[in-house]
Amino acid sequence: MQTTLTVNGTRHQLDLDPRVTLLDALREHIGLTGAKKGCDHGQCGACTVIADGRRINACLTLAVMHADAEIVTVEGLAEGKTLSAMQQAFLDHDGMQCGYCTPGQLCSATAMLEEARAGRASHVTEDLEGTTRLTRDEITERMSGNLCRCACYSGIVAAIEKVAAE
Amino acid sequence: MTLDYQIDGPENEELTKPSQGGPLGADMERRDGRDKVTGSACYAAEYRPKGLLHGVLKRAPGTGAVRLSNAEDVGTIPGVRLVLQDERMIRNAAQGTAGEAPVQGVSKAEYVGQPVALVVAENFETAWHAANRLQISCEGASLPVLPENGEVDDDMQEEAITGEPATAFSDAEVFVDETYTTPALTSAPMEPHAAVAEWHGDRLTLHGSLQMLRYNRLELADSLGIEPEKVRLRAPFVGGGFGSKLGISADCVAAALAARELGQPVRVVQHRRQVFEVNTRRSETRQRIRLAAGRDGRLTGLGHEARVSNLPGEEFSEPVLQGSYFAYAAPNRLLRSDLVRLNRPAAGSVRAPGEAVGVTVFEVAMDELAGKCGIDPVKLRLRNLPEAEPGSDRPFSSHRLADCLTKGRDSFGWDDRPAEPRQRREGEWWIGTGMAAAVRVNMVMPAEARVRLTPEGRAVVETDMTDIGTGTYSILGQIAAEGLGLAVDDVDVCLGDTDLPAGSGSGGSFGAASTGTAVWLACEEIRREIAGRMGCDAQELTLSDGHAACGNDRRSLPEVLAGEPLSGRGKLEPGEALEKVRQATWGAVFSEVAVNDVTGEVRVRRLQGTFAVGRVLNQRTARSQAQGGMTWGLGLALTEGMAHDRRDGHIVNRDLAEYHVPVNADVPHLDVHLLEDLDPWAGPLAAKGIGELGICGSGSAILNAIHHACGVRIRDLPATPDRILSGLT
Repeated sequence: MQTTLTVNGTRHQLDLDPRVTLLDALREHIGLTGAKKGCDHGQCGACTVIADGRRINACLTLAVMHADAEIVTVEGLAEGKTLSAMQQAFLDHDGMQCGYCTPGQLCSATAMLEEARAGRASHVTEDLEGTTRLTRDEITERMSGNLCRCACYSGIVAAIEKVAAE
Repeated sequence: MTLDYQIDGPENEELTKPSQGGPLGADMERRDGRDKVTGSACYAAEYRPKGLLHGVLKRAPGTGAVRLSNAEDVGTIPGVRLVLQDERMIRNAAQGTAGEAPVQGVSKAEYVGQPVALVVAENFETAWHAANRLQISCEGASLPVLPENGEVDDDMQEEAITGEPATAFSDAEVFVDETYTTPALTSAPMEPHAAVAEWHGDRLTLHGSLQMLRYNRLELADSLGIEPEKVRLRAPFVGGGFGSKLGISADCVAAALAARELGQPVRVVQHRRQVFEVNTRRSETRQRIRLAAGRDGRLTGLGHEARVSNLPGEEFSEPVLQGSYFAYAAPNRLLRSDLVRLNRPAAGSVRAPGEAVGVTVFEVAMDELAGKCGIDPVKLRLRNLPEAEPGSDRPFSSHRLADCLTKGRDSFGWDDRPAEPRQRREGEWWIGTGMAAAVRVNMVMPAEARVRLTPEGRAVVETDMTDIGTGTYSILGQIAAEGLGLAVDDVDVCLGDTDLPAGSGSGGSFGAASTGTAVWLACEEIRREIAGRMGCDAQELTLSDGHAACGNDRRSLPEVLAGEPLSGRGKLEPGEALEKVRQATWGAVFSEVAVNDVTGEVRVRRLQGTFAVGRVLNQRTARSQAQGGMTWGLGLALTEGMAHDRRDGHIVNRDLAEYHVPVNADVPHLDVHLLEDLDPWAGPLAAKGIGELGICGSGSAILNAIHHACGVRIRDLPATPDRILSGLT
């Protein structure tokens, strides 16, 4: 069926099988392979993209459901050749090894900072009334949907702490 | 020009040594990091040759003769191009360094989950749908799947007896005799195994997710029945391996066969649940440890007996005893390992095969001994360090365990701890600390590399070596920069292509030192040529800042090269060093945990590792490797384990929701200290392995801390809340 997807500010007119997930639409039909397929059923977070400002697992949703959304993938985080603060912090703190979960980690971390700024609580948030302070516990809790088998969690947390403090 | 070298001993004075303070060892940004944070790094499944078709593997639901009952119907689904059942398809992934086809055949399933068919269609959705429609049945007698029912394979037994262990055990003043179990474990790299196969005439190019291309090429060619020269493998980016991509996997052979038959490129990506089943797992183990000691804690005897399993036809046996040969002195020793044949998914190498589970369990037993003797666990270990390898009397190439133990103890603040368990409580949490030694054998593998110097004075490193997240791109660039006196930005690194000289491949923590040394030798070859042109010895030549200097004669590289490129090739072979000395890497891990008295939950509050791993080639990537290993130790201790169905052996929890790899919130900040250890027996770079050492002690440091916190000794891993709770009184 005919649908449109707006990804990183570019509108794509697509003719898709309705079974195509958002992840496969990005990777196979638009050619943006930054978002990764790690499990294809919402267990690893490697496919995380940002849809209308919220991080979602692109493997768990169908492309045709996002015709009106603004999708941001890892390819859309940098401004030209200038990396986003989060991308640069991941490099500085070696928040990656094999790199396969990295696009998902970056999209997740980027959107997570906005969630915290908007005051959205997590499982470990103690004060639901006040502003959310991104402690280490908050960061690790909020990032636990993104698995990293190389286990770069120390670097990932250090990178996010750096950006959150800016 | 090739410089051949093998490491026979500590004397290698004819070779240049790295300088201090140069690019080698520096804390440098990961060279391929920018590609990874922008999403431009291209992994196997992301190659899209024109006309690409999509294949989905189909698993056997049982064991015995395999029958596809509706293959013809499935073949008529619009968009389906092929239902393939070919006897050349492989039963399971090849073992590491096999260099030949693994067991082949799909007409009979020997374990539940074996890939037995491939469905190929014009798009992924159709292939997935058709594969789900395909009906497969298996008929056959039931096969042994429980370790207690399996037959011991006498050919796989390992036994080493020194002195009179039985007497030592019966006469011991203090005696520990305990049995421990570890569950089957899986590598679970984040990138599922994938292959894109494309034929040009009789030549195959396959983009794969593979660790050891020089062996993988032979395995794939043998599986297909073609000459290795007809196969080109590419794997410039690999999304983790941890042993599961050492050998070719089912997707490679199936994709190549289907692409050949259809005359179009075919991609096969393993579904996550297949990643658990069709590659290789770490065997479950049962380990009996006996420690005989005097009241002073000095070991008089030790026994380590293990039982592991594997599928019939697999020559791999989890080398559980590996660390026990040399970790501790004891005059009387009994080491024995048995393998039973089970029809569970194949077992093979998973990060730190052997020590990951063998050292972990042994270090728990040492903690039990420390408790029985009333001796501090650090002191107990220091008291039992051998002067030379027990049994063989081979000297150690370097022995830094005592340094790791004492430095780790001091920086952790170990001495503040109460000797007895259950002494510290915070609300409903018991708090305790624990420690363990970490040892891992060090290996060297054959490796070749080429370095080309362009007329402009830039260098290009070329080898089929892979970077599976380990930092290969970074460290090989640093080695060449160091060897040729260039800035790292003036070095390009090309990896993961069998058209390039055959590196060691990634595995067994040997990649950096083996292929790195080959790169160093290639640079040495270039140095010699430049020295010849300058009219001096290579030893007198200085290469720095893109210039060559001999005495007062200093020329830029473009001047020396005079418009022509120059290339050198290095070839490393393991030499007599392997026989003459025991070479290993050393570490000590300290941990603080909190154990919830109500729920049995364990939280790791601190985990600190001190490691001596030879020369550190890049501080930043080395630290990440150590942290990765430590996290694997945490998973081994607390969360990971595959459950095999007791009736048919299939893996019940074969996905990432049910098999629990550690997540961000499970892992505290990991404190890593790397001790400089220039092992003279490790060749000119004096580098050894780092990727696996961290897993070898971290699990036991946590398990021992749990005991110290709450008094519960976990001998059946992992230490899940139910097991902790049943021990809490």
